[in-house]
Amino acid sequence: MNNLELKKIANEVRKGIVTAVHSAKAGHPGGSLSAADIYTYLYFEEMNIDPKNPKKEDRDRFVLSKGHTAPGLYSTLANRGYFPVEDLTTLRKLGSYLQGHPSMQYIPGVDMSSGSLGQGISAAVGMALAAKMDEKDIRVYTLLGDGEIQEGQVWEAAMFAGHRKLDNLVVIVDNNGLQIDGPIDQVCSPYPIDKKFEAFNFHVINLDDAHDFDKIRAAFKEARETKGMPTAIIAHSLKGKGVSFMEGNVAWHGTAPNDEQYAVAMADLEKIGEELNKEGEA
Amino acid sequence: MADVKKVATRESYGNALVELGAEYPNLVVLDADLAAATKTGVFKKAYPDRHIDCGIAECNMTGIAAGLSTMGKIPFVSSFAMFAAGRAFEQVRNSIGYPHLNVKIGATHAGITVGEDGASHQCNEDIALMRSIPGMVVMCPADDIEARAAVRAAAEYVGPVYMRFGRAACPVINDRPDYKFEIGKGTVVREGSDVTIVATGICVGSALEAAEKLAEEGISAEVINICTIKPLDEEVIINSAKKTGKVVTAEEHSVIGGLGSAVCDALCKSYPVPVMKIGMQDVFGESGSAAALVEKYKLDGKGVYEQVKDFLK
Repeated sequence: MNNLELKKIANEVRKGIVTAVHSAKAGHPGGSLSAADIYTYLYFEEMNIDPKNPKKEDRDRFVLSKGHTAPGLYSTLANRGYFPVEDLTTLRKLGSYLQGHPSMQYIPGVDMSSGSLGQGISAAVGMALAAKMDEKDIRVYTLLGDGEIQEGQVWEAAMFAGHRKLDNLVVIVDNNGLQIDGPIDQVCSPYPIDKKFEAFNFHVINLDDAHDFDKIRAAFKEARETKGMPTAIIAHSLKGKGVSFMEGNVAWHGTAPNDEQYAVAMADLEKIGEELNKEGEA
Repeated sequence: MADVKKVATRESYGNALVELGAEYPNLVVLDADLAAATKTGVFKKAYPDRHIDCGIAECNMTGIAAGLSTMGKIPFVSSFAMFAAGRAFEQVRNSIGYPHLNVKIGATHAGITVGEDGASHQCNEDIALMRSIPGMVVMCPADDIEARAAVRAAAEYVGPVYMRFGRAACPVINDRPDYKFEIGKGTVVREGSDVTIVATGICVGSALEAAEKLAEEGISAEVINICTIKPLDEEVIINSAKKTGKVVTAEEHSVIGGLGSAVCDALCKSYPVPVMKIGMQDVFGESGSAAALVEKYKLDGKGVYEQVKDFLK
């Protein structure tokens, strides 16, 4: 898939995020939007998966350790064909299978229930270890928040993954720089993130623009070529990416847009979509 | 009971794992730097490739087990009850319980018979914690025979299971040819008509000893062994309560949230009778030998006997 196609899909994923959160009147748009390009690349390009057979045994696995950005995952899964895009408007509502945080029991394509920060990475490590024990060619991806890595369990998991040389594991840190209480370096700085993972025996890739598909592609290629150690991709991203008033604004970490704001957000994304169409025609 | 064979149920755990390892190629054992103490060391020796030492990181170990189970492994997570159920409670709840994964937790060194290490390591709250998680099976075997049977049943069962084992050797009481184990089944191990003693773990032996002493004084005590605290065999308890009209519970655990609470939950909704709960009376333990501690906290045969007599006054 070329970059333009990926960009168009990522834009649709963003529309789904905003629509789902608006409909739910709750949820986490900021960190969903910052990771939309990563989600898109994983599910449309990188991972060995089959939406028609979500439980396919030899599939690659994805664990959303930063489970609160479920709208991003759900919108990606829906756009990939795991379930209807229209269902995104049932997010967080009573009776919907689209729970506030990912649930593997109810949602096609979700490989692990998550939401309590710091826990998803451990499950991903367990999956990568099982694949190694069985000598199966299965890769495991897990997405963490940069605030999430303040949890001690993340480093327990990182130590184990490094120790076991799990080179089928890719840890992606969505480094958008903001957590609920403010900038991560003001709340309790996890920096330097790259050096920390290096110290835990990871191969570290600094992805300096997590919205540039050439760079995303290169990062995942490098991860795939890395042998003898797990990879950490530090993905430098913009929180709220794509929606003008949400970009870089911590207020949109866990707030839903009202009707008026929703109209502005969708207009922003429609405009991006039109520009991408023009780019295609040119 | 001086010449009765004694085995610590943590030994039974390790030995059962070795046996099951041969039958289940997908069975894996996880430990957090306590393989010698939890007795998973014997499994490590037999199946080194299937023994995963996670280092001193119980929360991560619990999550790794969850991940392994999604890939078709049957992980047995091993640590002291304090850490397996206490420190990693939220990991057990969210990474194993909520997705109802096929993970088995083998918690050794439960209760005060940890002994000399003292209160920091004597977990008297694990049953309460684990039974509060929806869908979790909670077992506390009374002796070597029951412990090995429980580990086998856990491997056969699909879903999360918490098993509680002790550090100290305890008498083998189920050594009989017709012994059968089933998850969720309680057993009347001594029939009686004046009072029912519902016990779990090492307190089953204590209850039997107490019943013997009570019999000498003309008091007929029925003793029920409850290995599976959740799901609880309510029928066997209610039937006995109907006969005796008085129930005593005995456990090496806090009287808050453990077997006693589970029995009260069952009785109060269908056949309320007076209940006395023997256990740790909302206090922390302390250092001492296991024998000295069970005596001080009245969990041995003599302690149970005295408390039952007081209750019947």
